[in-house]
Formats: sequence, structure tokens, C-alpha cells
Amino acid sequence: MSLMKMTALELGKKIKSKEVSAAEAAKAAIEQINAVDKEINSYVTVLDEDVIVKRAEQVQKAIDDGSMTGPLAGVPVAIKDNMCTQGILTTCSSKILGNFIPTYTSEAVINLEKAGAVILGKTNMDEFAMGSTTETSYYGPTKNPWNKEHVPGGSSGGSCAAVAANECFYALGSDTGGSIRQPSSFCGVTGIKPTYGTVSRYGLIAYGSSLDQIGPIAKDVSDCAAILETIASYDRKDSTSVKRDAYDFTGALVDDVKAMKIGIPKDYFGDGLDTDVKNAVLKVADVLREKGASVEEFDLSLVEYAIPAYYIIASAEASSNLARFEGVKYGYRTEEYEGLHNMIKKTRSEGFGAEVKRRIMLGSFVLSSGYYDAYYIKALRTKALIKQAFDKAFESYDMIIAPAAPTTAPKLGDSLSDPIKMYLGDIYTISVNLAGLPGISVPCGLDRNGLPIGIQFIGNCFEEKKIIRAAYAYEQTREYAECGLCQ
Amino acid sequence: MANVISDDTIEYVGILAKLELSDEEKEQAKKDMGSMLDYIDKLNELDTDGVEPMSHVFPVDNVFRADIVTNGDDREQILSNAPEEKDGAFVVPKTFD
Repeated sequence: MSLMKMTALELGKKIKSKEVSAAEAAKAAIEQINAVDKEINSYVTVLDEDVIVKRAEQVQKAIDDGSMTGPLAGVPVAIKDNMCTQGILTTCSSKILGNFIPTYTSEAVINLEKAGAVILGKTNMDEFAMGSTTETSYYGPTKNPWNKEHVPGGSSGGSCAAVAANECFYALGSDTGGSIRQPSSFCGVTGIKPTYGTVSRYGLIAYGSSLDQIGPIAKDVSDCAAILETIASYDRKDSTSVKRDAYDFTGALVDDVKAMKIGIPKDYFGDGLDTDVKNAVLKVADVLREKGASVEEFDLSLVEYAIPAYYIIASAEASSNLARFEGVKYGYRTEEYEGLHNMIKKTRSEGFGAEVKRRIMLGSFVLSSGYYDAYYIKALRTKALIKQAFDKAFESYDMIIAPAAPTTAPKLGDSLSDPIKMYLGDIYTISVNLAGLPGISVPCGLDRNGLPIGIQFIGNCFEEKKIIRAAYAYEQTREYAECGLCQ
Repeated sequence: MANVISDDTIEYVGILAKLELSDEEKEQAKKDMGSMLDYIDKLNELDTDGVEPMSHVFPVDNVFRADIVTNGDDREQILSNAPEEKDGAFVVPKTFD
């Protein structure tokens, strides 16, 4: 079996048993990147081969002398380009950070490095994670490895495409409104958005701070559980970090869903849901029933209010978070200007792309005097109602299953012309962020055009283990499907 | 379109957002914001009277720590990212005479 076809845990085992060296794995990954990334564009930055191999050899030494024993030691990883990495260009796929070299590393990445991760590079994304297709990147769109005429989804499109195209063994993404789960679904890979507060946001360039969470993207559920176990930690540097009772997510990798009560929201099956996606999701329900779970339909309610509430809250937070980009401390500065204010305005206008400007303006508006109550506070009240609806659902069910997205990956160029249509594609993922819940997207088949479909398992807060268990049990009934590019 | 964004509003939002838009961008922004507001006005259908606004899903309090410096002195690295620096400080255009 080619090295790159392995999961992260399979490779970790082979490195431990000395069948493969960390340097060999790193070189295999670099070779695959060199072979396909010109077409796919998963990466904004690939580190120099020397740097990668040197790090791999350093990790190998630590494995050999017994100081590094984790299951991911020596396994090469790709990091979404909105996580700061000391000494490594971090662009957020924006022109405004086109020359930004962080002086520190984000906590999640530090946790990975402690576990022996070998970083290959930084992956492409929608600019500042604002978008659902990775087409708003200043560095060009990423292509879907399953079909290069289609988008990989977004905003963690580069990370998901890199995993699907075997350009890394696993990746980190971030999820504000579906940015891990939706592209995982479009690229036929697995991704987890953890409960808010589980993974430190320290060093994650903020978009919507009350919604942003970092999470793993990999070929299967076992990898994702092991990665989450590694990156999750209580961190005083993130004031929304939550001290959890336990972080042993791999303990949930059990092929047993007997007596689990699973709900399917009836209101998720309305207009706009593609027939192939719908049928694939209902088939998953049947499989879970056969394995002993009870699956029934219920009314979740408020579904159509999640997206408008999200865009108010996320844009409001973005307008505040992105105020720091002013051409003084780091990043791009315009060349010609008259005075401070003109310099800041021109820098921002030239440095940000259209979608980012659109959200900053909307956010500034909904927070402005006279509109704050009507929009921002209204959205926060709606968020409270949405949370209540989920609380009620979890009184009756262990988890909810739903499509990850209403369709499979759209064609490149089809989404940006109609922003609202693009926003509607996040209907099944966004409410999970508003309510702070964990969600996992797992591949569950292909549509009539051969594009991947993802099923989402949504759990109550802090109940990752339940959804990991159900997702794992489902996964045992099927083989990992590779994209044509990798066969 | 129910929400019509005036030139004044776009001008004002530009000031708040610190963005300088070309005439063409302004026209587009008026259209985009109008249709976004039409869309988010859907929330008005929802009765939220008496519902407490929820900014955070978990009860969180301010996180305090002792005012002790724990990070090192990495002034040089930090300044190396600045578009312009001089004598250990960021340089900005002259702001007053």
C-alpha cells in the first residue's frame, strides 16, 4: 500500500514499529504535494523540504529515545492558514496578511507539535474564513480533488482537499458556521467541530469569536478522535476555554449504537435539499436502525432563523475583530496616502477582498447606534431560542443526524454571484455553532455525478463521545472511498 | 427590495468600517446590504419578547489573572512585521502639527 493512502494512526503505528521512518513519510507527502498541488491548490505555503525533513528527523530521534510516544508522533500534518505558526507565513488567505510572519504559535498547533506532528505547510481557505467555497482566497481557489471543476467547500477547503488528495495525513481546520463539516462533506473526508471552548482559540486569527472552534480533518473517525484528543486543552490564554472533565475521545471508538436514541429533524428535509443527499442520509438512518439504534423524526423548529441570526452575529464580531488590520503593526500598508486616517482606509480597502468588506460593512451597520437593538440584540435573542430548541431535542435524543450540506459541491464560479444563495448552503451547520454544539461530518456515499455526500452527527454540548461512537459505528459498515486522483 | 440603503448610510458605514469605496463599490455595497437586510429582516417574524439575549452559550465570567508579565521580550521580531519602524517603535503618518 502506498504510504499516502494510510490514515494518520496507521502511519503512526508503522513509524513506531520502525517499518517507516518519519522522514520517509514526510518525503512521501512532499512528493504527492509536488505531483498534484499545482492543480488542486490546497496549500498557500509549503515549507522547504529541508525544514520538513529536519523536523521529521528530530521527531524520529525523540520517538527512538522513548521521549515521544503519542499515536501521531512523526505524522505529517497540514494547518489551515488562519492559525499562527511562529516563523511561518500566515496569510488567512488575505492580501492584507500577505507578508505576516507570526512571532508565536497557536495553542492547538503547539499541542500537536508536542505530540510529534511534522508540519508540511499552511492550507488555503476563504479569506478570513468568510465563505463556503474557498473561492474568496486572495491566492486563488482550491479545486475539489474529486472533480476539479467543482469547489472543495469552505472555508477549510484547502485542509479538506489536502486530506482527500493525500497531500497530508491529516489537517487542522476551523469552523465558525460549518467551515470544517461542509468542506469535509464535499471532499469525502471526516471532520469534527468540537463543543465551543474545547480547543483553545489562542493564535487562531479571529473571525466570529463566539462561534469559532478549531477541529480535526482526516480520513476517518478514529484519526479525528485521536487528533481531537491531542489538540483539546484548557488554556488560560483563551478566556472562553472550558476545563473539561475528560479528554479521552478515542475511548468512544466503539462499534455499538444499541439503545441509542437518534432524532432526524423533519424541518431539515424541506426545499433545497438535493434528492441524492436526502436518500443517502435516510440510508444512514436505516443502517443505524439495523445496528440497534432507534431513529425517529421530530420537529426541531426555528431552522430558517439560524442563518439570518448567524450573519448578524458573525458579521458584527468580524467588524470588531478585523479592526486590528490597519497597516501599522503588521501586514500590508498602502503605498500612497495622506495622513493617518487615509492610510488606514486605503490599506483596508486595498487589502481586504469583496466578501470580507461586505461582512465588515454589514457588521458595522448592525452594531451602529439606532440599529443595535433591532439587529444585533434581536439576533442574540434568536440565538437563545435556537439553543432552547436544541436543549429540548436533547431531552429526548442522544444525538441528531442531518445532512452536512443540502447539496454536493457546486461548480467553481457558481456561488459567489449570489451571496445569499451561498449562505443558504450552511443551513444544517450554522445552528450548531450558534448553540455551541459538537458536530462531526462523515462520508456516506456519492451523488449521481460521483461527488461525495456527508452525514452530520450533532451532539449535545460536551457529548463528543456519543457522536464519535455513532459515527465510528456507522463508518464500520463502509469502506473509505478515495477520489479518482489518488487511485 | 424593502431596505433601500441611501448614499448617506453607505458613507456612514464606510466611516465606521474604515473603508474607502469607489463609486462602483458603493453602488454594489448599497445593493448587497439592502438584500442582506431584507433577508435578515426575517427575524422580525419571530416573537422574542422577554427572551434574554444570549451572547455566550455557557455561563462564563470574566477570567482574571495577576498582572504579571509572562511573555518574553520579542520586540524585534514583532517590529520586523511592521510596514515601517524606527528606534524600536511603529511609525505612523503624522497625525497632528
